[in-house]
Amino acid sequence: MTITREYLDQNNRKLLMDRSVPGRMGTTLPKLDVPAAPLPDKSMLRDSLEFPEVTENEIVRYFTQLSQLNFSIDTQFYPLGSCTMKYNPKLHEEMSFQPGFANIHPNQSAESVQGALKLMYDLQGLLCEITGMKGASLTPMAGADGELAGMLMTRAYHQSRGDLKRTKVLIPDSAHGTNPASAAMAGFEVVTLKSDANGNTDLEALKSLVGPDLAGLMITLPSTLGLFDTNILEVVRIVKENGGVIYGDGANLNALLGRVKLGELGFDVIHSNLHKTFSTPHGGGGPGAGPVMVGERLAPFLPAPIVAKKKGDDGKDAYDYFYPPQTIGKMGAFQGNFGMFIRAYTFIRLLGNTGIDKIGKDAVINANYVQSQLKGYYHLPYDRTCMHEVVFSAKNLKKAHDVDALDVAKRLIDYNIHPPTMYFPLIVEQALMIEPTESESVETLDTFIEVMKTIAQEAKDNPELLHDAPHNTPNTRLDEARAARKPDLRWKKA
Amino acid sequence: MDRFSSPYSPNTDADRKKMLDAIGVKSVDDLFKVIPAQYRNPKLNIPEPTAEMDLKRELEAMANANAVPGKFACFLGGGAYRHHIPSVVKAIISRGEFLTSYTPYQPEISQGTLQTAYEFQTLVCQLTGMEVANTGMYDGATALAEAALMAARLTRRDKIAVLETVSPKYLKVIQTYSQALKVNYYVVPAGQEKLDDDTACLLVQQPNFYGYMEDMAKLSERAHSQGALFVVSADPTSLGMLKSPGEYDADIVVSEGQAVGVPLSFGGPYTGFFACKEKHLRQMPGRIVGKTVDSKGRTGYVLTLQTREQHIRREKATSNICTSVALIALMSTIYMSAMGKQGMKKVAELCYHKAHYAASQIEKVPGYSLPIKGTFFREFVVKCPLPPAEINKKLLEQGIIGGLDISKQVPNGMLIAVTETNTKEEIDALAAALKKIASGVAAAKR
Repeated sequence: MTITREYLDQNNRKLLMDRSVPGRMGTTLPKLDVPAAPLPDKSMLRDSLEFPEVTENEIVRYFTQLSQLNFSIDTQFYPLGSCTMKYNPKLHEEMSFQPGFANIHPNQSAESVQGALKLMYDLQGLLCEITGMKGASLTPMAGADGELAGMLMTRAYHQSRGDLKRTKVLIPDSAHGTNPASAAMAGFEVVTLKSDANGNTDLEALKSLVGPDLAGLMITLPSTLGLFDTNILEVVRIVKENGGVIYGDGANLNALLGRVKLGELGFDVIHSNLHKTFSTPHGGGGPGAGPVMVGERLAPFLPAPIVAKKKGDDGKDAYDYFYPPQTIGKMGAFQGNFGMFIRAYTFIRLLGNTGIDKIGKDAVINANYVQSQLKGYYHLPYDRTCMHEVVFSAKNLKKAHDVDALDVAKRLIDYNIHPPTMYFPLIVEQALMIEPTESESVETLDTFIEVMKTIAQEAKDNPELLHDAPHNTPNTRLDEARAARKPDLRWKKA
Repeated sequence: MDRFSSPYSPNTDADRKKMLDAIGVKSVDDLFKVIPAQYRNPKLNIPEPTAEMDLKRELEAMANANAVPGKFACFLGGGAYRHHIPSVVKAIISRGEFLTSYTPYQPEISQGTLQTAYEFQTLVCQLTGMEVANTGMYDGATALAEAALMAARLTRRDKIAVLETVSPKYLKVIQTYSQALKVNYYVVPAGQEKLDDDTACLLVQQPNFYGYMEDMAKLSERAHSQGALFVVSADPTSLGMLKSPGEYDADIVVSEGQAVGVPLSFGGPYTGFFACKEKHLRQMPGRIVGKTVDSKGRTGYVLTLQTREQHIRREKATSNICTSVALIALMSTIYMSAMGKQGMKKVAELCYHKAHYAASQIEKVPGYSLPIKGTFFREFVVKCPLPPAEINKKLLEQGIIGGLDISKQVPNGMLIAVTETNTKEEIDALAAALKKIASGVAAAKR
């Protein structure tokens, strides 16, 4: 065998089952301290379980080495539009792992978990105050689950009034893919709503689509173009006059913290992605948490349970579960992703009114700064003040040098920066959606700006460099077509 | 500007001025002029900032206001279980590279997340005896609801049969997920599983909500003979010793993954395992990771079959799921690796023997009985001499978190769960406490 760097790299990535040696074990277990019972009938028992046999050290080394193949907030800058990848405070983790939170059972009686219920009650209140809404349920388990809850509430609201013709939900062409998927799961027909040349809702298009079959509108504000829709009051008026419900996708809530409350604009229901705005860690794709906040007319339909406060027998505050009278039901087996509630609550309380007030401001300054510095280097399809994110387009590079958004994104990796969101929103050709967030310094932004300018220059001078990027990662570009054509989804005995 | 400085945002007033000058505006308010004036800069009625030290003290007080299993002996189950979690699990998931990374849409810089997800899919397949698995659903209940919808898509039938011994909590989630769709569910009484011709699937839980084993071979045959799929919600701990659903020809298998490596955490975040036969792959919801090669021929991993997903297919997607539970799935992956072949079996057996010991001790206490005959795993039903809610109140005073009150399903029924974390002393103390409570009632009656 020839030992090469290549060999070592591939060897380090050997799967657990290929590392397994019969007789090894990664943990210890207690002795049986009670008399053994007769085992069930043999027909119920399995012959064997083919599972890895590895020691603890092997596990730690394997997973630690794998972790080092990842980019993460703790190690890299993530200007990833609409995903709001901000810093994740370490205090959050410590607080959520306290035994008094981490070890309590979801089926315990309300009186035995008063501390946890108080935290949930207070978080409901804080989220309502920050968004200007009247009621909240924390139970949806991710943003898309919150969307589903919101759409089911919309449906339940119309049905409760005997208004059964409302089958249509309007969704702007710039929306996230979860919006139409959630509306469809709630039984609605999805109708796409056009944006105008300035990136606002096209009011004429809206007027032509509203009618007695309108159930509601799902809108992201600011939009996924990073723009505050200056027609929003008119949009709300038209939808409401036609009997529709306004759903706000909270994906971009970060921009508005302290600057405007969606409830005051007339929104009926919004969800908040706690992992975006309130800084719970993304975890490589979850866990999320997608609490929904509602105005008065949807409050009776909130998913259950929510937490209510009452006076206990001793005159003190006591907390208990509450099932709204016409609830759409439960979004999961228990009361939601409590571990995420602790983190979001900790974030809000540490920053308090003055800290929260500044988040939107700093996020928007940072995004506009990037916009001002990269204008001229990349095409800017909507040249106006942006909110917390700015959408550029690589179409000029594509046309002149056959370098597309994907190439720019992959080249950024060589400079140790996570790529922006690409090819989205769908209405911008070769989109590069950049969101710095408030947790990045001007020094980091300046470095990013210089890198982006350098890449624009490289596209002219040496487009092949971009086509082949990234160059310094454990893998070069991967064959996704092959993965889909011949799915290999699990270890199999060689 | 105000003096409070956030430890999470670096901008100083000088930084802001520099950036505003570069943008070409006079003040930050100029950037928000797009917001209608009457709604701009609302009052924010929330508390002042709290220093880290003070906030910690406050949160510790909140945590300590709960009765905590561990400090209290705990016999509560009903879908979430207290099991020992080796320290290695927390150590690894706390690494920032896993904890703070993004969804692996850029595979070149996400191989850590992707390869661990492939390991997860492998372990879920081995455990359930199925051919393919996804990277996880929100929890066991949503996984079962999604399985029902998937079965309806596959069979083009619109009825879901649910065996009556499935958790009532799961039933509620199926109701939520199906309420707006042209899919209806009906509950089938155990022992008379009569299915309609337009039934897409039969949903069963193993062990069932009451802790007992169902006759899976019979139920599987029943579903298939009607052209329906057989969908099983299986307890992952039990699969360390019990027959895998693949062995009785299940079509879709889901699990609540909490029991394997995830803290109770008052109900979440958990992870739902989701596995099925390969021929059903393209209707599976959720994320899937596949193995492939890079441009230099080296092995690597990517998200695959994304055309089922919402960001491509929009309203025609198999599910709206986007952010799921990658980190929690990783917790289960590390747990299952640490347990390994022997550990998984041993934990299952410890639960089994201890639960049977507890049942034998409680059955001896006058006034208590085991109303359900059959084989149970780590949970069983006790019929109590008085309402379980009252018993649990008294147990809590003695530092014991009792079983789940299921008097709605079984008169004076209490569902008791015993795991490897319950010592013989705890079990004996529970039996003694139950005896005392019952004799107190008997004395009061005299």
